Amino acid sequence: MSATIQAEHLPEPGVPPKKPSTFRAIMRVYPYAKPAMPRIYMGMIAALLAGLVALAIPLVLQQLVDGPLSKGDPGQVWPAALAVLGLGIVEAVMIALRRWFVLTPGTHIEARMRNSLYNRLQALPVAFHDRWQSGQLLSRAISDLSLIRRWFSFGIVLLVVNLITIMVGFGILLSWSWILGLVFIVCSIPLWIYGYVFEEKYSTIARRSQDQAGDLATAVEESVHGIRVLKAFGRGKHALKNFTTRAEDLQGTEIEKAKAIAGIWLWLVLVPDVAFALCLFGGVWLASVGELSVGELFAFFATAAVLRWPVESIGFLLSMTFDTRTAADRFFEVLDAENTIVDPLQPKTIVDPRGELRFKDVHFRYQDSPTGVPDLINGVDLTIRPGETMALVGLTGSGKTTLVSLATRIYDVTGGAVLVDGVDARDLTLDELRTHLAMAFEDATLFSTSVRENVLLGRPDAREEDLLEALAIAQADFVHELPDGLDTVVGEEGMSLSGGQRQRLALARAVAARPRILVLDDPLSALDVDTEALVEAALRRVLATTTALIVAHRPSTVMLADRVALLEAGRITAVGTHSELLATSAHYAFVISSLEDENRRETRMRTEVEL
Amino acid sequence: MSVYGVQGEERNDFTKKESRQIRSRSLALLGSLMRPLRVRVIWMSIVVIVAVGAQVAGPALIAVGIDRGLPAVVAGDWAPLYVIVIAYLVTGVVGAVFIAQYTVMSARISQAILIDLRKRVFLHTQRLSLEFHEKYTSGRIISRQTSDLDAIRELLDSGINSLIQGFLYMLFIAVALFSLDWVSGVVLFGSLVPLWILTRWFQLRSQTMFRQSRVASARLIVSFVETMTGIRAVKAFRKQKRNQAEFGAQVEAYRKVNNDVIQLFGIFDPGLVLIGNVTVAVVLLVGGFRVAEGQLEIGALLAALLYTRRFFDPMEEMAMFYNSYQSAAAALEKISGVLEEKPSVPDPVDPVDLWEAKGNLCFKGVEFAYAADRVILPKFDLSMTAGQTIALVGSTGAGKSTLAKLMSRFYDPTEGSITLDGVDLRKLHPKDLRRAIVMVTQESYLFSGTVADNVWIGDPEATFDDVVRATKAVGAHEFIEALPHGYDTEVNKRGGRVSAGQRQLISFARAFLANPAVLILDEATSSLDIPSERLVQEALQTLLADRTAVIIAHRLSTVAIADRVLVMEHGKVVEDGTPEELISGTGRFAKLHAAWRDSLV
Repeated sequence: MSATIQAEHLPEPGVPPKKPSTFRAIMRVYPYAKPAMPRIYMGMIAALLAGLVALAIPLVLQQLVDGPLSKGDPGQVWPAALAVLGLGIVEAVMIALRRWFVLTPGTHIEARMRNSLYNRLQALPVAFHDRWQSGQLLSRAISDLSLIRRWFSFGIVLLVVNLITIMVGFGILLSWSWILGLVFIVCSIPLWIYGYVFEEKYSTIARRSQDQAGDLATAVEESVHGIRVLKAFGRGKHALKNFTTRAEDLQGTEIEKAKAIAGIWLWLVLVPDVAFALCLFGGVWLASVGELSVGELFAFFATAAVLRWPVESIGFLLSMTFDTRTAADRFFEVLDAENTIVDPLQPKTIVDPRGELRFKDVHFRYQDSPTGVPDLINGVDLTIRPGETMALVGLTGSGKTTLVSLATRIYDVTGGAVLVDGVDARDLTLDELRTHLAMAFEDATLFSTSVRENVLLGRPDAREEDLLEALAIAQADFVHELPDGLDTVVGEEGMSLSGGQRQRLALARAVAARPRILVLDDPLSALDVDTEALVEAALRRVLATTTALIVAHRPSTVMLADRVALLEAGRITAVGTHSELLATSAHYAFVISSLEDENRRETRMRTEVEL
Repeated sequence: MSVYGVQGEERNDFTKKESRQIRSRSLALLGSLMRPLRVRVIWMSIVVIVAVGAQVAGPALIAVGIDRGLPAVVAGDWAPLYVIVIAYLVTGVVGAVFIAQYTVMSARISQAILIDLRKRVFLHTQRLSLEFHEKYTSGRIISRQTSDLDAIRELLDSGINSLIQGFLYMLFIAVALFSLDWVSGVVLFGSLVPLWILTRWFQLRSQTMFRQSRVASARLIVSFVETMTGIRAVKAFRKQKRNQAEFGAQVEAYRKVNNDVIQLFGIFDPGLVLIGNVTVAVVLLVGGFRVAEGQLEIGALLAALLYTRRFFDPMEEMAMFYNSYQSAAAALEKISGVLEEKPSVPDPVDPVDLWEAKGNLCFKGVEFAYAADRVILPKFDLSMTAGQTIALVGSTGAGKSTLAKLMSRFYDPTEGSITLDGVDLRKLHPKDLRRAIVMVTQESYLFSGTVADNVWIGDPEATFDDVVRATKAVGAHEFIEALPHGYDTEVNKRGGRVSAGQRQLISFARAFLANPAVLILDEATSSLDIPSERLVQEALQTLLADRTAVIIAHRLSTVAIADRVLVMEHGKVVEDGTPEELISGTGRFAKLHAAWRDSLV
């Protein structure tokens, strides 16, 4: 719960603090709605006609009642009934037309906005995504945009049209009898106010209930994903308590929601009935003194019945308008967010790629790191020569992953520069940079698509042999045993694979991209020793011709490298071959010391055995 | 094929007998949920009948007002009008108050059903064995508890409400109309034919379209979330352009079905208005003639027209009932299936307490098989003495993890027994079992909450100082202090930036805080750097010196601290001895060890 709220209120650098008016805020959506506007106007006209036709029916009734019926002339009943029938058909046709005019363009507005939101999100830097939970983004992409569509195709159309219908209707009521009309109008006003207040209150509760439903779902997910931990420590009660609290919170909110609905029902039923009762009293009195004809009294109730819905709707239409404004604001919060990692205005290009990667006095700190904490990457100088394999070694949390992320501009350096073949990475287009550099991440992400597409992510036009070779290098031959082989869908919607299997596919992906420079973030951590050895043997061939930067924990991975760089407190404190570093750097010996240590232990064991 | 429990859940070719079996099981569940609420349901029914009745009275009172009240007033007698107006006010107030009351009552009842069901499913899934969880997959367990329960909630919330209210409303209007003017009533009945056809058409069409729309939106959501959570890979492999095209196609597909769904309403809704208006015209026609001829009073005609117009109001919502009913019924069938599953690792009926565990584990004639023809661990005996540190070695699939799961009673043996200090694990009180034996796995799951909360899971009664002591012991204290909010940093928030190695350290601290008699580590150090691993090992040797530790590891460096090594192959322990003995021998371990030493040079 607290997490969602915090994410909600994160200050966005691009958003000015002053709130523009609701109209101005919604009008920002206009460019997306512009092509749809002609049909929306047509829809308004159709809706208005439907409203007016509905109001005309009581007029016909009045004529009928006061004329032929009072005189007992059945001959006039046919034309009147036919007129009512005709008007009724016109009303239905106009309602159909209104919907036909506005619906399709409305869905296009929604689709256009959804695409541009998605594209913007793909372009925004990873630092932005670090701050926003995907659930927050999802609610913008789905429910907010759907609200905006409904407002354009229903909200604004009905708001305008119902207001006009109400004014015309009130005019007709007043023309029959200003007293009755006034009673009805006065009784309508509390409905508008209460309807508006209700919607405000209701949407707050509804949002809370959504949040709490989300929390409950989180509790469920955690209880299932963490089932091993819960069982291992016998903390089922703990989980149940957490779950029950959240379920009860949600239950409370839902009942509160029902009470709010009950409140609006109370008014929606009570107020019109009171108005009708008062009008009945007044109407009969006026009719008795001849101020009002029976036909007019008859038509008055028929008209009031027609007006009942437009009157009730104003409150929620207004509130829908304000919600739409919030939705529009939330949409533009993302669109206005500043993108710092973009293509340069005048991109350079690497004419003769050799594959040299150089970190030049690189500094980096995360935006949210507390002041006083030194930069996480604090002046790294490191050159990886073309064709060379460099291992990056350091303690957990020393910034290895962050450093390698800087190379592909997943984050941008906050000082210094990353140079690829002598060109600042920021002077290359992102596409070119990421063609030269491919990366395998520690937490391997697979997408819901075939194994083939997942592996060929970085080079969709690769040949089948290249694909098979990459899979062979990563020891990912298990894919041939999957139900549909290379075409098996994996990822969230498909087969679930083990951590080690995912990691091997991610490695195959990086290898298949055939980059000049390969960046591997602890690519073998989830593999067992036998597989690891096989992968390493195969990788050696690829690494012979490719520049590579590998984050490593184990001595065996370090063995793949020509040289090793030691990352310590945000700086590279030593570079050299494994044996050089072992001889010169105490910290290196500490980090990767297994050799000596193991040898010593073994000698000890041997002597013990020999003794 | 059986349809017991969750079997056959994905099928849609049930025989009649199987469908009946499934339906009776979900009806039984529904019955058991409703039984405690019987009295409240009866009360609610009374309230809703009164409420709708009062609401429907209005037009009839207007009719009486015009037909009786007006002539009386003209004759100078105001009394009938007063009575009618007061009656109108009273029905208005009663209708409003009762309908409000009904709304709250029905919400209370559906919420009571929901929370009961939620708790039952949650408790039951927690009780089901790990084996079930692995087989049935987490995704399905989660959707039983989220989307399926949502489907039921939707039915209870709006579906049933609008059905009951709508049905009563239409019924009462029909009754009122018949008693007021039976001819108009017959006309209204005539309108039911086109109404039924239109509604049926809408139901059938909307059913398939809603399903399509749900599929399309689910697809849209999955690819949206995947892109956002995998944004690093998307960027690094330049997938944006391809994504843009794919997502664009999904947006368009969703727009199309959505458009179709709304168009359906675009026909249904004006269709209802049309039927309503035509009926009004016909009522006017047959009524008008009779008014002109003096057979019907003018007020009665007005009331007939008002009733006819209102009759069709609840139709739209009622037509939607079928949709929510169908998805809720399907959801209930699946949920009842999960609830039917019996936990294969049940809690003991007569639990034995074990206040102070020493850590002597003994396997007697133990065999484990998933099915009779899939024996994972053939019959074996094994004993582990308190205080030993035992390394389990062997290639992938040799049965190491299964052995560990038997020890921690995630599984029960198919035959034989496992005892802790002489007590069968199956008889041991769960609280004592879980306090005595703790397993840490490779996937170190962290719950949302702070770092400290996550360590506390090991022992909720521990003090904060104990927590810090545990994290210091495994060498996690320093990095935790360096997090933006130290021990209060939320771990699952993105940007919490806890690396895989750090997660493992936190789950170690959790295990150390629990201070068990038997600690089982299943590949629990795979993401740690060597100094961290060493620290954990030292902590194992000092803090848990007198405890039993079982370590499963690929890396042979871990084996060094063991007193005893078990080499497993094809489910059998093939070598058993001290590391020294095994290294100096000629067995599998000696070979493995030699190969490993070569890799280090």
